Formats: sequence, C-alpha cells, structure tokens
Amino acid sequence: MKKRFDMEDLDCANCAAKMEEAIKKIEGVIDANVSFMAQKLTIEAEEADFDKIMKQVVKAVKKVDSDCEVVL
Amino acid sequence: MNKKQKRQLKKIIISLVLLIVMVVIHKLVIDKLELGNVLSRVILTAMYLVPYLIIGGKVLAKAGRNILNGQVFDENFLMSLATIGAFILGEYTEAAAVMLFYQVGELFENIAVNKSRTAVTALVGLRPDYANIEQDGELVKVDPSDVTVGSEIIILPGEKVPVDGVVVEGESFVNTAALTGESVPRGVKVGDTVLSGCINEGGKLTLKTTKNFEESTVAKILDMVENASSRKSRSESFITRFAKYYTPLVVVAALIVAFIPPIILHQSFAKWIGRALIFLVISCPCALVISVPLGFFGGIGAASKLGILVKGSNYLEAMAEADTVVFDKTGTLTEGVFKVNEVVCKGDCSSDELLMLAAYAECYSNHPIAKSIESAYVEVGNTIDKDKIEDVKEISGKGVSVSLDGATIFAGNKKLMRDMGISFDENNDTSGTVVYVARDKEYLGYIVISDVIKQDASSAISKLHSEGIKNTVMLTGDRAKTAQAVAGELGIKTVYSELLPGDKLCKLEEIIASKGKSKKRGKVAFVGDGINDAPALTRADIGIAMGALGQDAAIEAADIVLMDDNINKLATVRNIGGKTLAIVRQNIVFALGVKFLVMILGLFGIANMWLAVFADVGVAVIAILNSMRMLKYRE
Repeated sequence: MKKRFDMEDLDCANCAAKMEEAIKKIEGVIDANVSFMAQKLTIEAEEADFDKIMKQVVKAVKKVDSDCEVVL
Repeated sequence: MNKKQKRQLKKIIISLVLLIVMVVIHKLVIDKLELGNVLSRVILTAMYLVPYLIIGGKVLAKAGRNILNGQVFDENFLMSLATIGAFILGEYTEAAAVMLFYQVGELFENIAVNKSRTAVTALVGLRPDYANIEQDGELVKVDPSDVTVGSEIIILPGEKVPVDGVVVEGESFVNTAALTGESVPRGVKVGDTVLSGCINEGGKLTLKTTKNFEESTVAKILDMVENASSRKSRSESFITRFAKYYTPLVVVAALIVAFIPPIILHQSFAKWIGRALIFLVISCPCALVISVPLGFFGGIGAASKLGILVKGSNYLEAMAEADTVVFDKTGTLTEGVFKVNEVVCKGDCSSDELLMLAAYAECYSNHPIAKSIESAYVEVGNTIDKDKIEDVKEISGKGVSVSLDGATIFAGNKKLMRDMGISFDENNDTSGTVVYVARDKEYLGYIVISDVIKQDASSAISKLHSEGIKNTVMLTGDRAKTAQAVAGELGIKTVYSELLPGDKLCKLEEIIASKGKSKKRGKVAFVGDGINDAPALTRADIGIAMGALGQDAAIEAADIVLMDDNINKLATVRNIGGKTLAIVRQNIVFALGVKFLVMILGLFGIANMWLAVFADVGVAVIAILNSMRMLKYRE
C-alpha cells in the first residue's frame, strides 16, 4: 500500500534525508521518500501492518527532529 | 513571512541589539575597569549569555534532546558545542555572534524555501476551491471532491472549472493558460469537453461532470508537481550521500586538530581548540543539501509555468544531459492531418475534374488519405452525389474502383495501376503519398497527399541543435523518400523509415544500447504525441509527450509532458534543465570550495570564527539565492 502524508515543521533538508533513511530501515517498509521541498512523506509498506508501521515511522521522525510532525 | 518566522525575526533583532550593547559596554566599561581576571570573565560571560540564550536557547534545548536520541552529528549539537567552546576560550563576542548569524541563516533558508514552495504551488492557484451546484433553484458552493460523476455543475464567468466535464448548456470562451501556458482563449459550446483548471472567460456554462475531482486534470497535475521533488536527481543523491560522511569527517578532523598538534608541538591547547571550533562551525552541510533540491524545484516550477510538466528532478537533470532526441514523426513534427498538396493532370481532363473523380472514387473509404481527398473536394464548395456511384470495390493495400456515369474510375497506388494494366508514369520525387487516378484504361494524373509539417518544427529542431543536442532522429512508417524529404526540410540528422509500429520501439532500444552502459552516457529523449507510443515513452531515458492535455494515458506514461503541442518547448525544457544543473553545480563547487579553504586557513590560524560563520551562513545564503534564480526563469 502506498500512501502520502503531509509533514509539518520539517525544517532541515539534511534531517529529511536522515528520516528517509531511518524509515526505509523499518521492517515492512518497501520504499519511503521524504521530500523536504514538498514537505511530504511518501511511504509504501505492507498493508497488513500499516498502522503499526506508521507508529514506528512517527517515532523514527521524532528521533531525528523532535519538532517535526507527521500529519496522519 | 509566517508567524513563526516573524517571531524568529523579532528574536534576532532583540538579540542583535543586545549584542551590540554588550560589545559597547565590554569595550568602553569593562576593559577600562581593572577587574581581576576571574571577575571580568564571570561578568563578561554573564553579559554575553543574555543575547546568546535569547537566540540560541532553542538550539541548545534541541541539541540536548537530540543527543539523548543518539543524534550525535546533529547541526544543533555541533553549533552548541562550537559556541560553548568559544565561551570557555573567552571569545564571548564571537560565541554569541556565531549563534546569532547561524539563526539568521536558518531564518533566511526558511523564508527562501517557503517562497519557492509557494511560487511552485502558485500552480496550486490552479486548485479550485469550490464547485457550484444548483439545488432548489439556488446555487450552492460545494467542495469539488464531493461532486459525483455525472452531476451538473455551473461555472459562472470568471470562475475556475473545478472538475472535468462536457458542456450541456451555454457557450463561452475558456482560458487554458494555467494548464498550457497558452493564453489564447478557446471557444466551447454544447458537447465540448472542458478540463478542470481552465477559467471561464465568457458566459455561464453548465457542465455534466465526466470524472470525479481526484481523476480530473487539475488534481492529476497538482499531484504530479507535488510528487516531482520525490524523484531525486543524481546531484541530490550525491550531496545527501556526501553529507552523511562530510559531517562525521569534519568532526573527527576537529578532534584531531584540537588534541594532536598541541601534544606533538608542545603548544597550548587553547590555541588549537580554538582552531578546532572553526571546523565545527563549518561542519554543517544543511545549506548545501538544501540548495540542490531547491534549484531543481525552481527549475520544475519554471517549467510548469510554461505548460511543461516535469515529473521529477531526475528527468530535468537527464534532459540537461541528453544528446539525442528521437521523434515519432506523426503528430510531433507534423500535424498528424493529411492534406492534398498537389493535383497533377497527365491526361485529358482538368485538375478540378481529376480531384472530383478521385473524391467520388474515395468517398466510401474511411482511410485517412481517402478522407483528405474527399475533404479537399468538398471544402471548395462541391458536393458529392453518392447516388451516382455504383459498384464500389476496395482493393486492400492498393486502392479503390467505382463506376461513375458508365465509366470505371480507379484511384490508388502504383500497384493498382500495374494490376489493371494501365500505363502511367511513376512519380518518385514528391514528398508524400501519391494516388494515381485512371478512367477505364486511361491514365489521368495523380494527387499528392502529405501530412502537414508543423510550421515551427524546423526552427525548433535547429534550436535543439544549438542547445547542444548532437543527434536528432526521426522514426516513421513513411516511404524512405518521403521521410528523407521531411527530415531534410527540418534539418533532422538521422531517419529510420518504413517502420511498422512495433519497429519503433526496437529502433529506440538500439539507439539507447548504442550509447553504452556508463552512467554518464548521453541520455536519449523520445518525443511522441502519446497516441500508441506509450511503450517508447516509458522505455526512453526521458519520455516526452506533446499535446497531452486531456490525454491521461500520455500524461501517465511520459516523464515530461508538454501540455500543448508547441514543439519549441522542447528546446525550452532543455534550456531550463541545463541552467538548473549549472546552478546546482556552481553551488556544490562554491560551497565546498569555500568550506575547504576556510578549514585550511583555520588550521594555520589565519581564519577566525567570523570567517567560519561566513563560510557556513554566508555561503548558504549565496547558494540559496543562486538557486532561487530559477524561479525567475523566462523564455
């Protein structure tokens, strides 16, 4: 399943790259993309565990920049 | 500026004023008083901590939080470390100033990025806010996404069309400028399709919607533009990968500078730690990482304003690196409409009569060539009386024969003439399809039909060549002679003719294969009209669909979409790609160059904190301003 989320207060391009890398490492995530310019997260992940995966995604994002929010 | 940015600006101003006040007090008062070393240090630290904490408090807090999360090479942390180090070394002014300028740079970055974001999503000015629906005789505004397929919506003069539909009532002009960059309004009447994103410039229109909002043209275009930045260019991947190693390396270098030389050279730690702090200040790669996607974003934005949709930074980059452009002839170089070019009499008849006989003969055929002869005859005010025709025979691959006024008329190619045993003079010199006409066994003459070459095709090809495209290739199903003639007229360098539809893909693959496998090979662009060439559009390094507005399949398959069929835009998009790439490269070279230079100067004690701040913030500002030039791109 592929889904797109808005991101708020994603203030640094380097952080976006770090987040993308961290999200890609989460189990069940097939592909992920954090676009700093569009302030968007595109994620492709196993449908069955999607909600669970998204929780981990939010955690990974917070770990890089605690101010950044994923709008679920 | 948004609220957050205004708040930040206020903080910066307060902090700056306080910093200046502190410097004045420092130089005029504290330095004159002969306070003890310890006391003056305590007082100065306390004084400078005020502006420092106002501007940097948040940075310190974030650094603390992130370090707990294991983010060691976080820019907040590095900046905090550098400035705290400066405080300890007694460089108070520098410490506060570095933090201040760092925040100025951040604010500037923020504003610049937001500005280009809005500039590009000015396209989002495309996004319709509402749709009018009639309920109980009154107009009600509803969310476009709530409009179901098949419902009737009303578009008042001056309003945006929210959802694709067909006109069921009214007549008007619509402006497609937002979609195509073309500002000449188009007339629409009952039965015509109107695409979302157009602006109604005439009277009231009632549309029956044919799609829901998500499937409508505007929603798709917006989606594509928003998605474009997620397809990263090679330059961007390079810089993010680089950043991953750059920061740790610089930090390690700082550690080495801080501790090794003083031990080996028996010099003071303070001197070398001071130099190491310079490294920390310039270790943050953020500005560099921003300026690359920002440049591409600007390029994509500039293109969309002109009705060129680029689906990813990578395609814009590839376009700049393309050295071959392959055209599918029909519909891109030519109008895709057949027209009678020449009527030549060779027997006992006038050219009007020849055209008439051919038109009568062909009037039952649906072949595009037959249609063009018929319309050439009808266009000048004639009518075809179909009752006069009898015994229509279509001879597949050859032509037709009919009985008219007791005579048999033949119209077809040379094979037909030969089969019928009619003596004729073969014509090989013309640049089109030749239809020979005969009455009974008597050869009368021939008609030349050709697809009309687009008026600006030849100038567009020469522009492409002057933009650095080395090879232009034309693929066509036409006869070799015809193809050569067209290519010659247009200045196209290579021609592959008499291709069956499937052969075109094979030829394209051959061309791509001939470039070798290196990542740096010249890229191959394929230009088609989106009809029947989706596989080629997908296969090419860059698939470009022309005149694609309203053709979902073409928009889907292509990487770059020219909304109208203006062939000149090929050179424009090439130019935009080249400029974008040039800007991005300037930024990378400039930023890295300055940073390395300052590091070396710092190592030898020539550079100070001020220069380091410039290398970080100043360079960032310059790189971002440079990237933003793309937003101002004009044809």
